[in-house]
Amino acid sequence: MPTEILMPALSPTMEEGTLAKWVKKVGDSVAPGDVIAEIETDKATMEVEAVDEGTLGKILIDEGSEGVKVNTPIALLLEEGEDESALQNGAAGAAKSSKPDESGKTEEKPEPAEKPAASSVEDMSARRVPAEGKTHPDPDDVEGELAQEIPEGTEMVSTTVREALRDAMAEEMRRDEKVFVMGEEVAEYQGAYKITQGLLDEFGARRVVDTPITEHGFAGLGVGAAFGGLKPIVEFMTFNFAMQAIDQVINSAAKTLYMAGGQMGCPIVFRGPNGAAARVAAQHSQDYAAWYSHVPGLKVVQPYTASDFKGLLKSAIRDPNPVIFLENEILYGHSFEIPKLDDWTVPIGKARIHRKGKDVTIVSFGIGMTYAVKAAEELAKDGIDAEVIDLRTIRPMDLDTVIRSVKKTNRCVTVEEGFPQSSVGAHIASEIMVRAFDYLDAPVLKVAGKDVPMPYAANLEKLALPSVKEVIDAVKAVTYSD
Amino acid sequence: MAARPRKSAANSSGAKTAKSAPESSAHEIVKTLEHFDAPKPAKFAKDEDVRAYRDMLLIRRFEEKAGQLYGMGFIGGFCHLYIGQEAVVVGMQMAMKEGDEVVTGYRDHGHMLATGMEARGVMAELTGRRSGYSKGKGGSMHMFSKEKKFFGGHGIVGAQVPIGTGLAFSNKYNGADAIAITYFGDGAANQGQVYESFNMASLWKLPVVYVIENNRYAMGTSVSRASAETNFSHRGVSFKIPGFQVDGMDVRAVKAAGDLAAEHCRSGDGPIILEMMTYRYRGHSMSDPAKYRSRDEVQKMRSESDPIEQVKKRLVGDHGMSEDDVKAIDKEVRDVVADAADFAQNDPEPDVSELWTDVYAEDIPQAAE
Repeated sequence: MPTEILMPALSPTMEEGTLAKWVKKVGDSVAPGDVIAEIETDKATMEVEAVDEGTLGKILIDEGSEGVKVNTPIALLLEEGEDESALQNGAAGAAKSSKPDESGKTEEKPEPAEKPAASSVEDMSARRVPAEGKTHPDPDDVEGELAQEIPEGTEMVSTTVREALRDAMAEEMRRDEKVFVMGEEVAEYQGAYKITQGLLDEFGARRVVDTPITEHGFAGLGVGAAFGGLKPIVEFMTFNFAMQAIDQVINSAAKTLYMAGGQMGCPIVFRGPNGAAARVAAQHSQDYAAWYSHVPGLKVVQPYTASDFKGLLKSAIRDPNPVIFLENEILYGHSFEIPKLDDWTVPIGKARIHRKGKDVTIVSFGIGMTYAVKAAEELAKDGIDAEVIDLRTIRPMDLDTVIRSVKKTNRCVTVEEGFPQSSVGAHIASEIMVRAFDYLDAPVLKVAGKDVPMPYAANLEKLALPSVKEVIDAVKAVTYSD
Repeated sequence: MAARPRKSAANSSGAKTAKSAPESSAHEIVKTLEHFDAPKPAKFAKDEDVRAYRDMLLIRRFEEKAGQLYGMGFIGGFCHLYIGQEAVVVGMQMAMKEGDEVVTGYRDHGHMLATGMEARGVMAELTGRRSGYSKGKGGSMHMFSKEKKFFGGHGIVGAQVPIGTGLAFSNKYNGADAIAITYFGDGAANQGQVYESFNMASLWKLPVVYVIENNRYAMGTSVSRASAETNFSHRGVSFKIPGFQVDGMDVRAVKAAGDLAAEHCRSGDGPIILEMMTYRYRGHSMSDPAKYRSRDEVQKMRSESDPIEQVKKRLVGDHGMSEDDVKAIDKEVRDVVADAADFAQNDPEPDVSELWTDVYAEDIPQAAE
């Protein structure tokens, strides 16, 4: 029976890619470890290696094909003794499937005896793409307050969050010679997540600095460079790794201005992906918004739309204080409309009303907005008109906007992916209690990540994260609906 | 001026070529690096010895006074005195040029005075008063002077090492001739970020002088109880950073080492390690009774190696100064310290409104066109 070779995922968040090149031709013999094809996404190129031995019987996806979904069969491999006649069976759907793993290699998948192979693949494929389709709801077009910040008649350009971040850095580096970016793989590799793509070419190795894997060291070095008058952008490959460096971020960067009686501070941006991606488990999935928001002296920014990512990163780089800039791997590939302006900045410390409403206030930030926005759309169908506030900045927090909204709606639900105890939502709830107690018609409810380390298993991971349904349920609870 | 050891041919490749000794020992490997022997102590002219004497004595008297004020309750919290180690920071300062930067840990009063920060401002910070360098908000371990290029004053053991490395990075980035003198102790030398810094500094040839002040005790733990390799000047071997041990009780030896190190850094050869063999007479902090060593050990260092007494002998012996001339310096120093102490006790505490200031810098500077 021929073995199906499936389109592999290069990363846990990849959903589709380009089959760039076939290295092997039909009729070529293939040994485990042989490179058979090259695939590409917007982030990276990778070689597909064979796991099984055999002969390449049939190519199902031509090279150059774009948008090939992960787990789509791309070729059939004939086992020893099989000839082309076996391909007929394979095409008929009886092919043995070979599941790709995350490194782009393929491996034998144990097949449940009672289930046909095809449906098992389908099942897997559904489980493998939690990122933008399943676990996280689709983002919506941005309306509301954003429009008010942009001059009328401004041309809008669809841009991914990834491009927005790169453009923000490039614009600021052109503007100010003292701005430089450093981190692991930021230069020659063009960024682990391709955020710094092209910067090395334009600015050179002096200003785009590849570091060794040494978070504690280069975070502290960045602080020293800021003391020395530069404006460093320090990229952490993920904020999970920044825990190795947190002493320098908090004790050295955040507290210096105060400890120096205002004489000198630390203008620096620490940025990188934060929170859960997909299937990367406990040590790579934590949301640090609440952690950093605890610390006076730090500013903490966690945007949702590409427009805010760009405008806030530019503001962060210009800010004379240390700014923690929390990104999200899943959002990197999302596209949003960005105003085509020479110098688009968004002020730190101002929330944005993403959707106007009157019945309940949903407050969120970063990837949490995806649940909030989707829930608001669903709730609208049930006649509940939710106001959705995107905090954008966690510290200093624009509580005035939240309180104003709650005084109007008398109800509030907070949404975030971080752990529930001492969370951003917990702080908001406490502030609302103090500042709008008499306006509340229901307790403030928090929707947060579950109080467990992030599990690896797809079903458990999904449960550990917030969901649109949890947001809807919380809103229905505070509006006493159903 | 110290004789500069001959450059080894093997330096750039990091491999031994001419020598036949086995390569396995760190001591052998370190000899392939350019610098591994301390230069001869510098010869001081009279004015240099006078400066060294005055600067060291100022630190000694200042610290004695700080200890006294601590005992009287004027200084709170932690207070780590530098008494015994004065030659290190004074000798290094004599080797530095305008624009060079200094960063250190929490035993920092001596460094501040050596960089020229005012005794009044430092003492008023110790007493937590408004005219202190940090308006009373930093205290003993956290003081800064941008003007004097003193970048702290860091309370977390070892945290200043990547920071000093970053200062050196900014100098290189700006094409400046300045070097960053980064002080830390034998205790901090076992922290991980020190080695992360060594790696980057050597990789990028950053102009940083790592001055390890080995005063033999990390709080109460002697070097031999805490360190597998007790020769800290060899701690850079894995990173191809040369280093050597210096008699840190002899200000002339420190100056010569500092000259050599500064020249090494300024010529683009990257970082260098100076291990200063020194000794603190007092406990780790004011609350440390120092039971981990004998009185005799301390007494022996004081009577045989005191850095200030060494210079005093030269002033009278070699430079022919009279006892009265020396006493005039003593009095001048005592007056500075008395004035600082008086000022620091009478200066008001910070205004209560200062609780809320300096958390964030407000003005966002517009970048250059």
